[in-house]
Amino acid sequence: MQLRTLTPQRIYILIGYAVASAALFSAPLFMSDFRLNLLAKFLAFAIVALGLDLIWGYTGILSLGHGVFFGLGAYAMAMYLKLEASGDRLPDFMGWSGLTQLPWFWKPFESFAFAAAMGIALPAVLALVLGYFTFRNRIRGVYFTILTQALVIITVTLFIGQQAFTGGTNGLTGFSSVLGVPLSSPDTKRMLYWITVIALLGAFVLCRYLVKSRFGKVLRAIRDGENRARFIGYNPAVYQMLVFSISAGLAGLAGMLFVLHVGIISPFMMAIVPSIEMVLWVAIGGRGTLIGAALGAILLNYAKSEFSTSYPDAWLFFLGALFVIVVVFLPKGAVGLFGRLKFPKRKGQKHEQVSHSAV
Amino acid sequence: MNRSVILQCEAVTVEFDGFKAVQGMDLRLEKGELRFLIGPNGAGKTTILDVICGKVKPASGKVLFQGKVDITRRKEHQIAELGIGRKFQAPSIFPTLTVFENLEIAMRQNRGVFATLRAKMSAEERDRIEAQLAMIGLEAKADWRAGGLSHGEKQWLEIGMMLLQEPEVLLLDEPVAGMTDKETDKTGELLHQIARKRSIVVVEHDMEFVRNFASKVTVMHEGKLLKEGSMDEIQQDDRVAEVYLGKRRDVDVSRSTA
Repeated sequence: MQLRTLTPQRIYILIGYAVASAALFSAPLFMSDFRLNLLAKFLAFAIVALGLDLIWGYTGILSLGHGVFFGLGAYAMAMYLKLEASGDRLPDFMGWSGLTQLPWFWKPFESFAFAAAMGIALPAVLALVLGYFTFRNRIRGVYFTILTQALVIITVTLFIGQQAFTGGTNGLTGFSSVLGVPLSSPDTKRMLYWITVIALLGAFVLCRYLVKSRFGKVLRAIRDGENRARFIGYNPAVYQMLVFSISAGLAGLAGMLFVLHVGIISPFMMAIVPSIEMVLWVAIGGRGTLIGAALGAILLNYAKSEFSTSYPDAWLFFLGALFVIVVVFLPKGAVGLFGRLKFPKRKGQKHEQVSHSAV
Repeated sequence: MNRSVILQCEAVTVEFDGFKAVQGMDLRLEKGELRFLIGPNGAGKTTILDVICGKVKPASGKVLFQGKVDITRRKEHQIAELGIGRKFQAPSIFPTLTVFENLEIAMRQNRGVFATLRAKMSAEERDRIEAQLAMIGLEAKADWRAGGLSHGEKQWLEIGMMLLQEPEVLLLDEPVAGMTDKETDKTGELLHQIARKRSIVVVEHDMEFVRNFASKVTVMHEGKLLKEGSMDEIQQDDRVAEVYLGKRRDVDVSRSTA
């Protein structure tokens, strides 16, 4: 709690963090370029999972629309990359759709700094606006979740429909370089990997600060009893808006990194299925623990890439089964199981049988 | 206007789908007063508390806090910030927070997001929380998750949270429901102690508790004020006896229907 004593448990955890960080930074030394690229992608997903955990695990609000925030970040970066790849010419897909000059809102994306700022700001502001209209009017629970799904459908439809401006179903691809450095070179890939590691560690530290602060305690209080928090004098809507916005900003950051690693973004990568999959990483890894959410994203995506090369059809069944098992037997996710085996609870804490329902 | 009046309800009317739960109710609460609000089921006692704390908006009427602010237009969290605390009938603490954390976030403080983001636990704050823990007898369980406490302990934790909130007016809905006789007496004494500095409105069904601790009692019936006075006056009143139990004068027996 408040006392910063170094209990053995705390020391183990600190050592664990140090080892994990060191392993992540040194991964390029012993991994092939292909594997490193995969890992970089998974680490970007882990950033989304951290953000989702803030809003779902700690504040109790389930968003099935994080694909959109991820996608907005990805598109912002992709617009910059596309313009850089096209040089002075119009991006190819615009010509196919009959555009003769660059749309006004594409222009500022010639600047990397602007694109990077928008990659975080656009999702964060969209979430803030959505949160303003929902949380302030006390729309919550399953109604909020349905609204986030609607947001996904609207956004995907919009992006597919506006082919001239967004590249339609094909999305944006065919990038060559970032800030003048070729994207395909192994050096660039390694540098991008390290940037992703730093982003992930930064996101982790930020989230950890948030949940350990009094702000984080208020978030959990709102999750436990929104009305009670209100009658103490907190305005839950402001807390929910802010944390939803931070969560969306993190998803946007992850989207930008994703595009840099993968080289393509299309509307399907922000659609309903990916949005739900993101939630599953958090649920299976361990909701309400940051490390669980991050590990869930990394390990499940690793499993997915291994699995789907050998048994492409079986992956979704496997994922579904895993989800059912976790919900029924491990309400705190895989990390909850680890905690139960590894560290016997302190005496007073045996009463903390607080199980969360699935949603 | 009398300077010592802290809360004044004027002709408050509340409608639920055309049904008038409260009709033209007046209530004046003075500083340092411990007021009991009684009446048969459906008399509108809880509803009037809901109006004061902002949970229910009245169809007409005013609620003046400290003689000037009409709080019927304010939102719940703003009313709480002004200094009106509410305890609901069922104990409502935050089950996944520890006992200490429950008190920490209830404590009087700036409740904006940026304030809580930067908040550091000061030694003075810690002392206050620990003193409160001692008062409610939960020092040994400070690190427990609040969800693991017994029913009585949860009620006490909630009272402790309300006290750290330092409200001017406390609204308590059946604070001794489900408590043992000993716990009930302790709670009554605690209320008297608190009422020295703050004003309290208690909705209560337990007539023995009311008789032991009340100074002034307000009786409501069908959404209206029926009688206000000392417990003796109330017990002598024919109308009160009538609404409680037909023609019988013994208010006590009403407990069986309450």
